[in-house]
Amino acid sequence: MRGFDCRNNRLARRGLAADGFEDAVRSRIAHHGVRRVGVVLGTSTSGILSTELAYRQRAPEGGPLPAGLNYPGSHSTYSLADFVRTWLGIEGPAYVVSTACSSSAKAYAAAARLIHAGLIDAALVGGVDSLCFTTLHGFASLELTSPEPCRPYDAARSGISIGEAAAFGLLERATGSLDADAVLLLGCGESSDAYHMSSPHPEGLGAQLAMEGALAQAGLSPADIDYINLHGTATLNNDSAEGYAVASLFGTRVAASSTKGITGHTLGAAGALEISISAMALADGLLPGSVHTLNLDPTVPIDYVLASRSAPLRRVMSNSFGFGGSNCSVIIGRAG
Amino acid sequence: MNPEMSLSAWIEGIGLIAPGLPDWTHGAAVLAGLEAHVPAPSVLPAPMVLPPNERRRASRVVRVALASGLAALEQAGMEPSGVAAVFAASTADGHNCHALCETLASRDQRVSPTRFHNSLHNTPAGYWSIATGAMAASQSLCAYDASFAAGLIEALVQIHATAAPCVLIAYDAEYPEPLASLRPIPDAAGISLALRPEATPRSMARLDIRLGDGPATRLGSPSLEALRTAIPALRGLPLLEALASARGGELDLEYLAPLSLHVTLSPC
Repeated sequence: MRGFDCRNNRLARRGLAADGFEDAVRSRIAHHGVRRVGVVLGTSTSGILSTELAYRQRAPEGGPLPAGLNYPGSHSTYSLADFVRTWLGIEGPAYVVSTACSSSAKAYAAAARLIHAGLIDAALVGGVDSLCFTTLHGFASLELTSPEPCRPYDAARSGISIGEAAAFGLLERATGSLDADAVLLLGCGESSDAYHMSSPHPEGLGAQLAMEGALAQAGLSPADIDYINLHGTATLNNDSAEGYAVASLFGTRVAASSTKGITGHTLGAAGALEISISAMALADGLLPGSVHTLNLDPTVPIDYVLASRSAPLRRVMSNSFGFGGSNCSVIIGRAG
Repeated sequence: MNPEMSLSAWIEGIGLIAPGLPDWTHGAAVLAGLEAHVPAPSVLPAPMVLPPNERRRASRVVRVALASGLAALEQAGMEPSGVAAVFAASTADGHNCHALCETLASRDQRVSPTRFHNSLHNTPAGYWSIATGAMAASQSLCAYDASFAAGLIEALVQIHATAAPCVLIAYDAEYPEPLASLRPIPDAAGISLALRPEATPRSMARLDIRLGDGPATRLGSPSLEALRTAIPALRGLPLLEALASARGGELDLEYLAPLSLHVTLSPC
């Protein structure tokens, strides 16, 4: 961790080590060659906690920060991708996408474009966000944090529960012969609300554009989607805006739920985390229920899944929307 | 799949704001060696496209991003509302970050909602879409000192994927102390490129990029070379110098070691 030690990069290292991912990725890097692999990761606050803590050690009248604060290895937005690229010995293109809560969904979209354009053959993608005072007090200032575990799409929802996560995937160009359980990235759609810095468009116009874009890129129609993993933050505005957008595109024909009742809102990591959850849903044939949601908001006419149940799933859409009106919708599917 | 794989686009417009380079017209004359570079603080126009309240409060990163991006699109004759935008910066608003960290270190940790949403890396992108009405995809990325090249790659990859125009808006601004000691960026600066997948009568040059590993091309003038290395967004200045002198040719932009971004510029 020398040169990169901070809460966010430690979480990244734990995420890489989980589930045998790092060993599998190292063998694929060796296969493709270090310059043919890219790193595209999402984070909203990177390792800013290190700087926040350093400010607490300053003299009350100001003055320099304590020695030892390493800006490029912690606070810098790029620090996350820099650490992961260095840790794995990757020498291909890299950057961090930082578009608040859509960051790591957009990282998948961007990495797929890099592979498509032929610059690389594989990309380490994902997102990492960890607790810091900026988000804790920032969301509180907007009165968006819930006093209880968050209740997505509940009539009495009262805001988000902030979570931390590291979620990674390896994207590769699809080959001719694929295992039936292989997961394909079928399409991504991105849009901007052009409406407000910290509130979604009330009818979810930007969200709808992103979902339509993902369907168009995948060459699919709404009826082809079996489950939608919603952004579903449990704020009043998000769930109604997203709900209207989903209702107008899919009606009540497609099962949908938010899994943030289990994970909390992991901000810049949420997109990648929920793409991983969607991949697990495809693999296990499971519609994930919505933990902590008790009474559905009756004004949102969608087929919301309260309790987990088995269902054969072929294609899943995952939604991620961020402050600044940044929207991304990703569709993944089973190979067989 | 080919390591020599190159991506291309046509440059239709340029926005430039840098110390002693107030806009592309004057900057081009300086970069071409026709006028001397007289160091002066960057001039950041008020973003008239924002409503009065937001305009007054617009930070230096928002000002430099909006002004240079709009200048590039104006020269290109492109309507901002329909253009995908790639924002590349080494950091978010440094002054806002400092103020937030001071508040968060104080006894009363309450922060203002505006401070919070202005702390995001994609704040300029958010204001851009609100100001222009652009609902197209917008990207906000960071690669520390390599952010300009990373943004240029993303813009050309997007054009490859969509066959639609794209504007690259690369910008940076300074931190105040004490963060300035850790991350010294002397001033705000921005370079924007309005790009199209095909040539038009307005095209200034064809741009081809591929990954390389040559040393970064340096600028002849010591004061311009100092700017190139001091402000991450200005790592793109060698490209603008080649455009200004209309000589085109080959150059390497600083990217992530061991890579460079190799650029071939063919003037129209």
